[in-house]
Amino acid sequence: MAAAAPASLVSLRASGQLARRQFISRLSRYVFLGATLLAIGVLAFLVFDIVKQGGGRLSWDFLTTYPSRFAERAGVRAGLLGTIWVVGTTIVLTIPVGIGTAIWIEEFAPRNRLTQLVRLNIANLAGVPSIIYGILGLAFFVRFTELGSTILAAALTLSLMILPIMIITAQEAVRQVPPSIRDGSLALGATRLQTVWHHVLPGAVPGMATGAILAISRAAGETAALIMIGAAAFAAFDPTSINDKFSLLPIQIYGWIIAPRGQGFEANAAAGIIVMMMGILTLNLTAAIIRERFRRP
Amino acid sequence: MIDQKVHDQVQTPIQPDAPRLSEEERIGIIGSPNRGDCIMEPIEPVALGFEAFSLWYGAKRAIQDVTIKFPANRVTALIGPSGCGKSTLLRSMNRMNDLIPGVRTEGSVYYRGIDIFARDIDPVEVRRRIGMVFQKPNPFPKSVADNVAFGARVNGFRGNTRELIENCLRKAALWDEVKDGLNKSGLALSGGQQQRLCIARALANEPEIILMDEPCSALDPIATLKIEDLMRELVKDYTIIIVTHNMQQAARVSDYTAFMLMGEGGAGQVIEYAPTNEIFTNPRDKRTEDYITGRFG
Repeated sequence: MAAAAPASLVSLRASGQLARRQFISRLSRYVFLGATLLAIGVLAFLVFDIVKQGGGRLSWDFLTTYPSRFAERAGVRAGLLGTIWVVGTTIVLTIPVGIGTAIWIEEFAPRNRLTQLVRLNIANLAGVPSIIYGILGLAFFVRFTELGSTILAAALTLSLMILPIMIITAQEAVRQVPPSIRDGSLALGATRLQTVWHHVLPGAVPGMATGAILAISRAAGETAALIMIGAAAFAAFDPTSINDKFSLLPIQIYGWIIAPRGQGFEANAAAGIIVMMMGILTLNLTAAIIRERFRRP
Repeated sequence: MIDQKVHDQVQTPIQPDAPRLSEEERIGIIGSPNRGDCIMEPIEPVALGFEAFSLWYGAKRAIQDVTIKFPANRVTALIGPSGCGKSTLLRSMNRMNDLIPGVRTEGSVYYRGIDIFARDIDPVEVRRRIGMVFQKPNPFPKSVADNVAFGARVNGFRGNTRELIENCLRKAALWDEVKDGLNKSGLALSGGQQQRLCIARALANEPEIILMDEPCSALDPIATLKIEDLMRELVKDYTIIIVTHNMQQAARVSDYTAFMLMGEGGAGQVIEYAPTNEIFTNPRDKRTEDYITGRFG
C-alpha cells in the first residue's frame, strides 16, 4: 500500500514566488482602475468647469439668436445651423463613399501591387493634418472648381479629411465578419453582391457605425481647415442651401474665446461648447442605437 | 479484364436530356497510366467526374492528375491523412476554390457532361446545384427560417416559403426540434442541430449533389450518429460526397471510398477507389492497407 503523504506536508496556500505573483496581479487591478478614473476625472472636471461658466447663458434664446457685439444678446444660431448643414452634407457624402470603398477593397479588389498601394495610402492619409486638407479645399474646391466659400466646399473638404478614418474602420468591420459566413452564403448559390448585402454588411454595421461616429465627430469639431476654406467668423443669416456661405459652431466659439476679456464672452464660449457637446452626444447615442439594433441575435 | 467491363457500362447520363459525353471523354476517364488496378470505377450512373484534374495554390501543386467518378445517389467517402488534398478536391467540386487567390486548375470536372471549370460556366449556378456543408456548423446569425430560406430566396424562389422551410427541415430531421422556434436565431441551436440546419439550408436549393467537408468533426458522438442516419436517408434523393478523417464513419455511411495520399511532389493523388466494403476488407494497395489498419496517418 502506497503511503499517503501526511496532510500537514501539503500546503495549497500561495507562498514564495506564487505569493509575489498573486500580489502583483491583485495590485494591477488598482493600476488599471486608476487609469480609468484619471480619464473620467479629467473629463468630469472639464464638463463641470464648462457648465459652471456657461450653464447660466444656456437658454432657448441663446440657440435662436444671431451673434452680437453685446455678449448677453449674442447667440449661436448661425453657427449651429451652419454646423448642422455642413456636418449633414458631410455625412451624406462620406458614409456611402466610405462604405463602398471599404467593401470594394475587402470583398472585390484583386490582390495586386496597385491595390496594396491603395490600401497603404489610405492608412497614410488618415495621418495628414487637417490644415493640409484646408489648403487643398481652398485651392481645389473654393478656387479651382469655383464653388466659393460655401457649405458644399466645406463639406467636400471635410469628407476628404475624414474618409480615410471612415474607410479604415469600415474595412476593419468588414474583416470582422467570419469567412465561414461568406463560404456558407456562396455555397448556397448567392452571388458576391448578395453575400455582401445579406451577410457581410449586416455583420459589419456595428463597427461601421462606430467608425462613422469617430469620423463625423472629428468633422463636427474641425476648425482650422474651415477657417482656411473661408467660414464666416461673424454671420447673421441662416443658410438655406449648400451653395450658401456659412459660419460654424467651433469658429463661433473660437471667436468668443479670443474676444477681449471681461465682457461676458467667456460664458458665451462655454455655453457654445455645451451645445457642441450635446450635439456630439446625440450623434453618439444614435450610433449606439444602430449598434444595438444590428448586434448579432 | 475487369477494367474493360467497367469501361463499357459506365457513364450512363443521369437524365436523358443531359448532354452525353463524347467517346473520347469516356475512354479518357478510365485506364490512365498511373491508375493500375487499384481503381475500381463504379458501374453506375455518374453524378460527377474528374478527368486529369490538377490544382495549384500559387506555385504549389495540391492535386495531381486526379481522375475519378462519383456515382449518383450514393455516398462516397474521401479518406486520407491530413494535407492529402481531400478538402481541396471537395471544394473543387463546386468551385469554392475560386475564392482563394492564386488558385489555378488543369483538367476537367464533369457534371452532367459539362465541364464546370469551362470559361463560360458561372460558379454561382454550379454552387446552387452542388451544395456544401462545412466542417464547423456555420449558420447565419439570422432566424432558423431565414437560414433555410436564404439560398432559395437569393436564387429567385417564387413559391410557398413557409412550405419550403418545413419540407427542408423535415428532410434534415430537424423539424420536430425547431418547429416552435422558427424565429429564434440559428446560433441558439446546439452544434448538431446547427449542422442539420446547414444541411436543411443546402436542401432548400434543390441541389443534386451535397458535398460535406468533415461534417461531424465538431460534433459529439450522438449528434454524429444523427447526421450519419440523415445521410443514409438523404442519399435516396441526393448524391453525397463526404470528406472524413474518421475511418469508422467512412465504413458506416459510404457506399464507395476513395483513399487519397500526398504524392512525391507534395500533391494529392487518388491511390485507391473501390466499394467501401471492398476497400476496407480487401485493400489492394499496401499504403491503403497501412492507413486503414492505423499503421500511419
